[in-house]
Amino acid sequence: MAGSGPDISPEVVITTSGLTKRYGKFTAVDRLDLTVNRGEIFGLLGPNGAGKTTTILMLLGLTEPTAGTARVAGFDPVRDPLAVKSIVGYLPDNVGFYPHMTGRQNLRYTAALNRVPPKEAEERINALLEQVGLSEAADKRAGTYSRGMRQRLAVADALVKKPSVLILDEPTIGIDPEGVKDMLAMLERLRDEEGMTILLSSHLLHQVQEICDRVGIFVGGRLIACGKVEELEKQLAQREDFETELSVVTQEGKELPAADKDRLLAALRSLPGVKSVAEEGRNLIAVRSKDDLRADIGRVLVEQRLVPVLLRRRGLTLDDIYDRYFAEGVSTDRVPA
Amino acid sequence: MSQLEQSLSLRFKKGRTTVEGSGSRSRGRFFAVGIGPVARKELADHLGSLRFGILLVLIAVAAIAAMYAASGSIKSYTSADYSFPFAFLYLFTVSGENLPSVISFIVFLAPLLGIALGFDALNSERSQGTLSRLMSQPIHRDAVLHGKFLAGLGVVSLALAALLAIAVGIGIVLLGKPPSAEEIGRLIAFLIATVIYVGFWLALAQLFSVLFRQAATSALASIAVWLFFVVFASLIVGLIADAIAPAGDNATYAEIYRHETLVNRLDRISPVTLYEEASTALLNPSVRSLGVLVMSQVDRAISSPLGFGQSLLLVWPQLIALVGCVLAFFTISYVLFMREEIRA
Repeated sequence: MAGSGPDISPEVVITTSGLTKRYGKFTAVDRLDLTVNRGEIFGLLGPNGAGKTTTILMLLGLTEPTAGTARVAGFDPVRDPLAVKSIVGYLPDNVGFYPHMTGRQNLRYTAALNRVPPKEAEERINALLEQVGLSEAADKRAGTYSRGMRQRLAVADALVKKPSVLILDEPTIGIDPEGVKDMLAMLERLRDEEGMTILLSSHLLHQVQEICDRVGIFVGGRLIACGKVEELEKQLAQREDFETELSVVTQEGKELPAADKDRLLAALRSLPGVKSVAEEGRNLIAVRSKDDLRADIGRVLVEQRLVPVLLRRRGLTLDDIYDRYFAEGVSTDRVPA
Repeated sequence: MSQLEQSLSLRFKKGRTTVEGSGSRSRGRFFAVGIGPVARKELADHLGSLRFGILLVLIAVAAIAAMYAASGSIKSYTSADYSFPFAFLYLFTVSGENLPSVISFIVFLAPLLGIALGFDALNSERSQGTLSRLMSQPIHRDAVLHGKFLAGLGVVSLALAALLAIAVGIGIVLLGKPPSAEEIGRLIAFLIATVIYVGFWLALAQLFSVLFRQAATSALASIAVWLFFVVFASLIVGLIADAIAPAGDNATYAEIYRHETLVNRLDRISPVTLYEEASTALLNPSVRSLGVLVMSQVDRAISSPLGFGQSLLLVWPQLIALVGCVLAFFTISYVLFMREEIRA
C-alpha cells in the first residue's frame, strides 16, 4: 500500500494509506489501508456506524481526512475533488431527489451538471431508465416515488455521467428481495460488460457476498479482514477447529440401533486428527477435527453400510465469519454524529 | 479489453482536463464550474413556486394602492395638470391620506421577497437528501451558493422590472402624461438599488440556510433580523443617541447637532436606512444631502432640483455599503460551506 503516489499501477483504482477520520475524540476511521483493483466489485462490510460511510465520503472529497491519503484513479480527493467526481458515480446513503421535479428532470439536472450535451443526455437517460425499470414512472414527480423506486432512480443517476468507478453506499436498503436481485445482477453486468470498478458498502453480508470479488470487513473504524470470501473462510478456519456434523440412518432408512451407533462413534473417534466426537441430538453427531475429514467420515459410513442423510461442515458460511469477526470487533455502540 | 482500456484512459484524461479547467479559474475563469446549470434549475424552481407568486401579488397590490393614494394627494401640491417637474416621481415618494408611500412599502416588503427565495436554499437540499448527490457531481461548491444567489436575484430583477413597468403604465393613466427621460433614468436607478437591497436579504437568508439545519429556524432568524431593522432599530438608535449625546428641551445648537449626527451615523448601520436614503435621493431630486444640514449651509442656496448625476453621487456610498454587506455574507457562507462534511 506504499504506492499511493500519482503514478500508481493502472490496475489499482482506489487506494488509501493510513486514512483516518476523527470527530473530536471519536475515531470513525482508523488508519485504513485499502486497495480496490480495476474491474472488481469490492464489498465494504460492517455493522452500522463502523465507518463505512465516512470512508466513502473521504474517497469522494465530501469530507477531509484527519490523516492519511486516498487516491481514486490517481487523483487526490482533497486536492482534485472535481477530477474524482467526474469519473466516480456515487449512490449516497439515504438518497433524495427534488420532489417537485419528475424522475427524468432530476436525471437531466445531473447530466447538465456533468456537462453532458442535451441530446446525448436524453439518449442516456432513456436507456438508463429502461435498465432500472423506471420508464413508466419517469414522468411522475419524484416526490411520489417509493423508497425502492428512489433507490433505482439513484442508480440511474449515478450512471448518467458514464462513470468508470461506482461507489454505492448501502445500495440494497429499502428494496424488496426481487429488486435486490435485479440490482445485484445489474452491478455484475456493469463489471463484466463495461469493466466498471465498483465499491459498495453494506451491513447485509449475505445479500451482497455472491457478487463481491473481494470483501473488507470493517468494524469500529478498522478493517479487520480483507480478501476473497474463500480466503477469509480459510483464514478463519486455520484458527478454528473444523467441525463436521452428520446424521445417518440404516440402509432401510431407519434410525440406528444403539449398538450400531456405538460402533460408528468408536470408528469416528479412531480417525486420525479427530479431537472430539459428540452426540448432540437424537440423530446428530458432531465431529471436531484439525482438518477437513469429510472424505474420511464418508469412507467410515460406507464401510459400516450406513446411509448419510446429512454430512456437512458446520458454520463458516460468510454469515458465521461475519458474526465471528463482529464478536471480535470492538464495541459496536460507536455511532458517528 | 484494449478497447475498454482505451475508453477508460480517455475518460481519465477527460477528468484531468476538467481539473485543469477548474484549476485555471484564477487565470481566466471567473465563475465556478457548474454555476450555469444550478442557476437555470433554481430560476425555474422560483418562477414556478407558490410562495414567490404570493409575495409578488402582495407587493404589487401594496404598491399600486399606494400609488393611487399618492396621485390623490399630489393634487393638493399643485395645479391640476401636474405640469411641475418630476410629478411622475412623486407618485412613488409621496404618501397618500391613509397609505404610506410606495417607497415605504417597498422598504418594508421587499426584504420578504429576498428571504422567501433564500431561507431554505441549502438546508432544504440537505433535508431532501439531494445535497450529497449534488456535491458528488463535478462542480465547485461555491457554484451552488452563487448559482442559487444569481437565480434569486434574476427572478427578483425580472419581477421588480415588470412591477415598475406596470406602475409607470398606471402612472401615465393617473397623471395623463409620460415620464421624462430623466425620470426614466431615475426609476431605473431606483430599480437597481432595490435589486441590491433585495440581494442583501437574499444573501443573508442564504447564509442562514447554510448556518441552520432546519429551514424553519433559518426562516425565523431571517424574519427576526428583518423585524429588528424595520421596526426596532430606529428606536434603539434613539435610545443610544439620547444616552451618549443627550439633547434636551433647552439644548444648545451644538448639542442638537451632535445628537442628530450620531443618530444619522448609527442609523446607517441598518441596511433599511441605507436603502431608504438611496431610494429617496434617487426619486426625489430636491433631496440635496442625506446627512445633517445646518442653516448656514443652506443659507442663500437656490432651491433647485439636483441633477441625475449628482443624485447618483449622493447615494453611491449607500449602495456600495449594501453591496459590501452582500459580499461579507457570501464570504461567511463560503467559509462555512466550503469545508463542511456532506453527509446524507
